[in-house]
Amino acid sequence: MSEQTEHAAHEQAQHGEHEHHITPPVVYVVIFVTLLVFTALTVGASYIEMGVFNPIVALAIGVVKATLVVLFFMGVKYSTKLTKLTVFAGLFTFMALIGMTLADYFSRAWGRW
Amino acid sequence: MSSTIVSLPDQSTARIPKTNFITKENGLLSWLLTGDHKRIAVLYLISITFFFAIGGALAGLIRLELLTPQTDLMATDTYNKVFTMHGVIMVFLFLVPSVPATLGNFLIPIMIGAKDLALPKINLLSWYLYVVGGILVIYTMASGGVDTGWTFTTPLSTHYVNTNVMSTGLAVFIAGFSSIFTGLNFIVTLHKMRCPGMTWFRLPLFCWAHYAASILMVLGTPVLAIAIVLIALERTVGIGVFDPAKGGDPLLFQHLFWFYSHPAVYIMILPGMGVISETISTFSRKRVFGYTAVAFSSVAIAVFGFFVWAHHMFIMGISNYAVLVFSLLTMLVAVPSAIKIFNWTFTLYKGSITFETPMLYSFGFMGLFTIGGMTGVFLGASGTDIHLTETYFIVAHFHFVMVGGMLMAFLAGIHFWWPKITGRMYPEKISQLAAVVTFIGFNLTFFPQFILGTLGMPRRYAAYPPEFQVLNVFSTAGATILGVGYLLPILYLTWSLKYGEIAGNNPWQATGLEWQIQSPPLTENFIETPIMDHEAYDYEWLERQKATEVASVG
Amino acid sequence: MSDSPAIANGAVAADHHEHPAYQRHHFHSVEQQADTTNFAMWLFLLTEIMFFGGLFTAYLIFRNWYYPAFVEASHQLNIFWGTANTAVLISSSFTMAMGVWSAEMRRKGTLVLCLVLTFILGLIFLGIKTIEYSEKIEKHHVPGFHYSLQSFTNPASDPEIYKEYHDKPMALDMARHTELYFFLYFAMTGMHALHMIIGIAILGFMILRARAGAYTTGHVTFVENFGLYWHFVDIIWIFLFPLLYLISRHQ
Repeated sequence: MSEQTEHAAHEQAQHGEHEHHITPPVVYVVIFVTLLVFTALTVGASYIEMGVFNPIVALAIGVVKATLVVLFFMGVKYSTKLTKLTVFAGLFTFMALIGMTLADYFSRAWGRW
Repeated sequence: MSSTIVSLPDQSTARIPKTNFITKENGLLSWLLTGDHKRIAVLYLISITFFFAIGGALAGLIRLELLTPQTDLMATDTYNKVFTMHGVIMVFLFLVPSVPATLGNFLIPIMIGAKDLALPKINLLSWYLYVVGGILVIYTMASGGVDTGWTFTTPLSTHYVNTNVMSTGLAVFIAGFSSIFTGLNFIVTLHKMRCPGMTWFRLPLFCWAHYAASILMVLGTPVLAIAIVLIALERTVGIGVFDPAKGGDPLLFQHLFWFYSHPAVYIMILPGMGVISETISTFSRKRVFGYTAVAFSSVAIAVFGFFVWAHHMFIMGISNYAVLVFSLLTMLVAVPSAIKIFNWTFTLYKGSITFETPMLYSFGFMGLFTIGGMTGVFLGASGTDIHLTETYFIVAHFHFVMVGGMLMAFLAGIHFWWPKITGRMYPEKISQLAAVVTFIGFNLTFFPQFILGTLGMPRRYAAYPPEFQVLNVFSTAGATILGVGYLLPILYLTWSLKYGEIAGNNPWQATGLEWQIQSPPLTENFIETPIMDHEAYDYEWLERQKATEVASVG
Repeated sequence: MSDSPAIANGAVAADHHEHPAYQRHHFHSVEQQADTTNFAMWLFLLTEIMFFGGLFTAYLIFRNWYYPAFVEASHQLNIFWGTANTAVLISSSFTMAMGVWSAEMRRKGTLVLCLVLTFILGLIFLGIKTIEYSEKIEKHHVPGFHYSLQSFTNPASDPEIYKEYHDKPMALDMARHTELYFFLYFAMTGMHALHMIIGIAILGFMILRARAGAYTTGHVTFVENFGLYWHFVDIIWIFLFPLLYLISRHQ
């Protein structure tokens, strides 16, 4: 029996296959509740005067929520390296677009009509 | 030492294999509803050639107008429409899909030992989207054209023209999705459909080049899509996102447009570079020098290509800081391209070189792409760019890389794989003549334009100062010769479909899985799944194969 | 491959000539097909993130340039509906994830229930959006369609909003830039809503197929891949909500 599973695992590794992880519902419930809590947090935070930190906090909470959705609801935590690389590539290009475009705008003196 | 490596079966007994992907099913619907990547490639080849002919005719009109300094052939507005449609058609309907949609579609599954691409229905959808985009472009031309330049620069395209910006935008949007789906298909296929033993580093470099181009297609094209959506909204609703009077910024469009359009030039050239890797290796009978370097430089071009887009905007009003950063990054992106040229040159060194047509085009590519690429570096230096931008220097630069580079690579590839796709050889002598004619015509057309640019002749102008006429006449003369050079293949390749010599499996004695199967291939490509047990470009393996092979055709 | 649920549940093992009806001929195994389509969906989501990326770029630029206009304009959005919609969408992501789990566990009844709940939640989201949009239309805050600066040059004329935020009247040129905010609001939420509509339509199709048992015999890829799409649409909203609604609600 162990030889069989070893062989199967070896075959899996050879074919680059991936043990299909099934997330138990309780994890989903926990993440769901956490997301709702963070939503309440972000709404609350917008009522507090934090100066330059307001947008930072808002985005940070957004990033946390998105990360939870990606890792658990979309299953990336248990996914193949390829999937993780794909997610990273998307985020990287997205940040390149926004970052480098904004770099131009932030270093311009003109344009604030 | 033989002067050709062509090895054809005995023509008196040779036959095209009765069962192949062309004869498998008959009827128009079997082609229009096919999932077979090879049939889709042929559909693309026909459509692309059609649009190339239209784009080429428009180029002819441009050069005719520019024979004289005055606007005597057509009104200035009409001239604007002609060069815009020329650009739109050549970029979006020819160059972007050329090698990937025809040769890539046909060859990638075979090169990796698979039966088809990962998503055949999406492949067919890609072609239909292309056709719809093409029809919209024809509609645009029929209803008066558009005159903003293929770059749709705002606020001209949003506020100042009454022409068909919307239909052209829609056409490009739809054609863009065609490109996205092709790229998506290739990436998935290369990751998931390789046959046993086909590791990444045993893939032909053709596949690596397409992989890199596909990454660009998938990540870059959507940004073009949103740029077009914003133009459409600006034109219809008038919200002001690109209108300074309403607090918008015209440069925002350019940032989004060039974020795609710079990687687009790499989408256009990388597959061509993939072809060159294959032809140079075959016609020097030598494995490509520095396989890993060429493979990684393809990916490097793709990655770096995302960070240089604002070099198209140096004079448009971006900050000096942005100019500096993008200029430096542009210098960086030239390095991987240069690596490839060096590697191909070292492949030639001590190779057993023969001069069949694909090799002639490949030599043309190497010389002309080098010149075009180097002039790109001149333009990347922001100081020089301020003087040379929006002049004919730019026009010459991109025609050297796209026509002298990409189009030559496309022709090299078409000739190289023509025997595989059709089962017949093209006529060698006339094709070599066409290649030489093309090379001469090209240089005569576009080299004077470098000089015109440095002398200060602006681009996109129907009229010019009389002192520029002589060079313009040279350029137009060259264009006529170039036209002949492009017409000839269309004629003799069509001729060869009926009268060409039977090619057999491997007329070039090339390595690669595609040369181990019949010509034309079976619908399912392979009778049984191949197992890859040797490196790419392994000519010793090929020698051993031939020694044990029993020759049979038909 | 002996740990695949197909074999674990005693289904016929796929051999060289037999394969399940849903396996396409160019694949050599169902695992390859599932793997491939999953990867393809991820790549499609990459194109989506870049597509929305352009809009986010535009938003960040104009928010930076016209912050006061953006602040006051965002007060026009109803925070109750916005938060409710966020909760609705997060719940629909939860039900969708549970749907995928049900398909993997081959529980047809639970799967159908989860898909139906996701469907209903999606409709609720769109319903709330309709309420919000009609408010904007009533108040002439739709760019390009008789856009009115009244609420910004004279905030007191908008008693419900004024009561909460006591915005100061804006100078005319800054007030004009609120139109840019609303353009981005409609473009981004509109594009998002379009993706929701497509998703809901596909959900409808999936519910019918699920009831017929198509997804509970080991072939879960359609549900899984749709789940990825649905979660992505949720993630877009997770960012749209603070960026559009929560710019600054403090005084």
